[in-house]
Amino acid sequence: MTNFPWLTTIALLPLVGAAIVFALPAGLADRAKHIALGVSGLTLVLTIAAALQFDSGSKAQFQLVEQHEWIPQFGVSYAMGVDGLALVMIIMAAILAPICILAAWDDVPEGGKREKNYFALMLVLETFMIGVFAATDVFLFYVFFEAMLIPVYFLIGSYGGARRQYAAVKFLLYSLAGGLVMLVGVIALYQYGPGGADGFLVTKLTGLDIPVVAERLMFVAFFFAFAVKAPMWPVHTWLPDAATEARPATAVLLVGVLDKVGTFGMIRFCLQLFPEASKWATPVVIVLAVISVLYGALLAIGQTDVMRLIAYTSVSHFGFIVLGIFAMTTVGGAGSTLYMLNHGFGTAALFLVAAMLVARRGSKRIPDFGGWQRVTPGLAGAFLIAGLAGLALPGLSSFVSEFLVLLGTFQRYKAAAVIATAGIILAALYILLMYKRMMTGPKPELVEPVRDWNVREKLVIAPLIAALLVLGFYPKPALDLLNPAVSKTLSYVGVSDPAPTTAADGSAK
Amino acid sequence: MTSLSTLAAAEGSAAAAATGITSAAWLLVALPLLGAAVLLLGGRATDKWGPLFATAMSWAAFVVGFLVWISMIGRPADGRAMHLTLFEWIPAGSFNLQAGMLVDQLSVAFVLLVTFVGSLIHVYSIGYMEHDPDKRRFFAYLNLFVASMLLLVLADSYLLLYVGWEGVGLASYLLIGFWNHNPAYATAANKAFVVNRVGDFGLSVAIMIMFVTFGTVTFAGVSQAAGGASEATLTAIGLMLLLGACGKSAQFPLQSWLGDAMAGPTPVSALIHAATMVTAGVYLVVRSGFIFNAAPDAQLVVVIVGAITLLFGAIVGCAKDDIKKALAASTMSQIGYMMLAAGLGPVGAAFAIFHLITHGFFKAGMFLGAGSVMHGMNDQVDMRRFGALSGAMKITWVTFGLGWLAILGVPPFSGFWSKDKIIEAAFVGEGWRPWVFGLTAMIGAGITAFYMSRLFFMTFHGKKRWTDDVHPHESPLVMTVPMMVLAVGSALLGLVLSIGGTFTHWLEPVVGSHGEESPVLAVPVITVLTLLLVAGGIGLAWMRYWRDEVPVVAPTGSLATQAARRDLYQDDVNEGVFMRPGIHLTRSLVFADNRGVDGAVGGMAAMVGGTSSRLRRVQNGFARSYALTMLAGVVAIFALVWVIQ
Repeated sequence: MTNFPWLTTIALLPLVGAAIVFALPAGLADRAKHIALGVSGLTLVLTIAAALQFDSGSKAQFQLVEQHEWIPQFGVSYAMGVDGLALVMIIMAAILAPICILAAWDDVPEGGKREKNYFALMLVLETFMIGVFAATDVFLFYVFFEAMLIPVYFLIGSYGGARRQYAAVKFLLYSLAGGLVMLVGVIALYQYGPGGADGFLVTKLTGLDIPVVAERLMFVAFFFAFAVKAPMWPVHTWLPDAATEARPATAVLLVGVLDKVGTFGMIRFCLQLFPEASKWATPVVIVLAVISVLYGALLAIGQTDVMRLIAYTSVSHFGFIVLGIFAMTTVGGAGSTLYMLNHGFGTAALFLVAAMLVARRGSKRIPDFGGWQRVTPGLAGAFLIAGLAGLALPGLSSFVSEFLVLLGTFQRYKAAAVIATAGIILAALYILLMYKRMMTGPKPELVEPVRDWNVREKLVIAPLIAALLVLGFYPKPALDLLNPAVSKTLSYVGVSDPAPTTAADGSAK
Repeated sequence: MTSLSTLAAAEGSAAAAATGITSAAWLLVALPLLGAAVLLLGGRATDKWGPLFATAMSWAAFVVGFLVWISMIGRPADGRAMHLTLFEWIPAGSFNLQAGMLVDQLSVAFVLLVTFVGSLIHVYSIGYMEHDPDKRRFFAYLNLFVASMLLLVLADSYLLLYVGWEGVGLASYLLIGFWNHNPAYATAANKAFVVNRVGDFGLSVAIMIMFVTFGTVTFAGVSQAAGGASEATLTAIGLMLLLGACGKSAQFPLQSWLGDAMAGPTPVSALIHAATMVTAGVYLVVRSGFIFNAAPDAQLVVVIVGAITLLFGAIVGCAKDDIKKALAASTMSQIGYMMLAAGLGPVGAAFAIFHLITHGFFKAGMFLGAGSVMHGMNDQVDMRRFGALSGAMKITWVTFGLGWLAILGVPPFSGFWSKDKIIEAAFVGEGWRPWVFGLTAMIGAGITAFYMSRLFFMTFHGKKRWTDDVHPHESPLVMTVPMMVLAVGSALLGLVLSIGGTFTHWLEPVVGSHGEESPVLAVPVITVLTLLLVAGGIGLAWMRYWRDEVPVVAPTGSLATQAARRDLYQDDVNEGVFMRPGIHLTRSLVFADNRGVDGAVGGMAAMVGGTSSRLRRVQNGFARSYALTMLAGVVAIFALVWVIQ
């Protein structure tokens, strides 16, 4: 089955599902979510089947490749393929999609066409999420990169909270600004490439001999778009608004998956296509990343809206991810890419449990809670575990990745690593203060009785918590996929790890 | 698998691959972990038998530990340490770490202490927590603690130790905040975790320096290569490790959380905040002897920290009227002794662990005694409302009394054998150090005698100062039997372990041996002087708290008393230096982020998008006009591309 177009199949399947859902007659509109769940579930099964075809020992950068001419006049191909990193991202998206659909089950209580369209949009988004990670043609990547904005825009703008319009437009403006700058870079890059009918392929654009200034300008164009997407300080301000106004399921896909396109892009495009410029920009990027770590954490401590708080923790976590990427060591790279996976599950768990609490309390304000451990003990426990993953408690997945990032960064940039390590103290503060304010204290007097989590909610949370625990104690399966991708990227950049200053006598590492 | 095990053998070259019962050492962690998982996942269904199950799991771990120890005794001294590879944990680029266990003389000593005292406290808790509606959760957390603590002491690398290190921190957080419907208790839990995180910052940085310097973070790898590193590097590692140890062991300047941690149920205070977890910092320093021994400056700082803390805790202990807080201050002080000894290098390290073990027995016993007193006195903790309890609670009085004699260092009780040796070791050396540290340790012993006698007399002797509603009664056997067992340990363990230097010889292969260096004062002189100071402390306490009337409301006291009552202003300092500026910083950043950063970027966006009025028109709320805009945008982009082409 090696010639089977795995990636196209798993990318298109949700789109087909979206078309079916969209075309449902009004009488069957209440079936929309069942179909959506089924389609995303099937996509997950096929994704796992595709992953089993992947050989992590392979020499080639991309596997499961497909390539067809698309717009040969200017070098655009329909080219799909994955390395370990892209595969891990696609698996994460495919796992989170059905979880989010299940979490969004009652998001549109009025039903009918609005509900139908809601689930159709989520499936469309899944298609683009898979496509953007699988594209191995720079232009095709760009198309997916921009196309993703459309379903997200409607998911926020039409289905979000009170200030949804403001949040949606802000999200769109930031993203379009980033995208337009990147487009200039994309076009310019083609001029320096070999040209031809497949001149936009990543493989054709790797290792080019580009004049220094041009390379730096193009790097900046790409990096700007990815920094907005990631999001890094100071272009992060769209995220808290989008995250709090969006429905929780949308927020999860936005922060957990879409934002990873930013850091994914830094690895795949900034480092691989512009290695010299990446090294040139590293000092600035490291500083920005460290600022993001501390700034996001301090802002999270000061929030009173639980969804905004979680969004700011992500700003901090993305700071770690970027830090590890630009440390340019195998350890830092492995840490960052693993963090991209772990953050997806960790943030999903935090957002979704918080949303279940918000739905019960009818408020996102942290001071409106208090004592809820005595009201919803199950949800409180899940919230604590998700929060502990957020503060990178050893034994939960984020710890391994965060520590690897710090370790890898310390190999080259000691001061930056030490300052970023202070982030672990701030992380304890923002998580534990939130937990204390919401969950501890005397049992509140509630007007109506509140029930603890139901079966559907348990089904949403259980796989996420299982992922946090399993990846915390046994991250090897993910690392085995990520390590080759990281060392390949670093070999394109042309850097190798610093050797230990004092090797152990005769003891092999 | 063969390649894995050879790799492991290379890493743990000092220790042979585990055989026999030692290869089942993973059960030590797995059994209590299973207990915690069953109770937490099983929910209400396990309410009935959960506490018993958790207790059984803890005892099962003790049995495994005991068998491992027996098999270790059977081997010659140089073959006792064994290494057990568990699985490939983190293969990440040039960092490749196995999860493995190092079962040697030091870790086995801890395993026996943790599982034995831990299991006794499980039994005690069956009685103490009988009427608590959430007791299943309590036992789950206790099991989680035992599992994490055993992982901490059995880990074969600093990173795996870190997992256990934060695991015990989590258990401590959960148990301090066990009654978190009281907001003050929830705050105490947070404080403990956050202060510990400051320490963890140090431990993290230490591990990073190790990796960059040696390329490995296993004990075996680092100890082999440590000799090749510069003293400056080793000093840096040592100081960072010490920061971690200060957080976990409540040593100056990270001591502020321990007093508040008494918010947890008393069995927790006995197990976690007296006998085991808080001593993990001492374990870390002793385990890292290969680093500290090559970094004399770092060692000196360890000794100074220990000396400051032992006095700090002792002074605070003199002013506390809350029986648990007085015991907590005493714990801090006693760990100060251990830290001081650990910083002395091989001459003191074995005694640090020795004192840690005896302290584990007598302090846990006294905490359980305090719990028994509270049980009989409607959960009151104010010693000014106790007095004359020796008659009403005979078993508690006798068992507590043995603990009291032990901590005082009265021969032949346990503390004498361990603490006196630390004081002797502190007098070893040249120049000013032996005098300063030796005298500090000796004076500390006198103060200890005063505040512990004060505590003992105020609680059990003198006149009744009870409130009207209390009817003191002895606790049930399920609580008093563990107290009796610990009291036997308080009385005899020190003597048994020091006959012929058994315990120090046992640890020698791990902590290293030292030549016969004699203290600057003759040993009998030190012993006699110390005992005189102890007698003085007891006498002073007897006059003021047994013979004289103890007022039920604390008198204002001198400035020194007021300072000690407020823990020498530790919280005021932390609030003034860190908390309030931090709150201001956070608030102004939130303000700036909403106005400043957003405003600047928003302004740019407005410029890009044209005028702000046009922006407002765009936000008309009609989906179709957005779709149209998007479509126009996409068309424009494609047009641009075509033009350029």
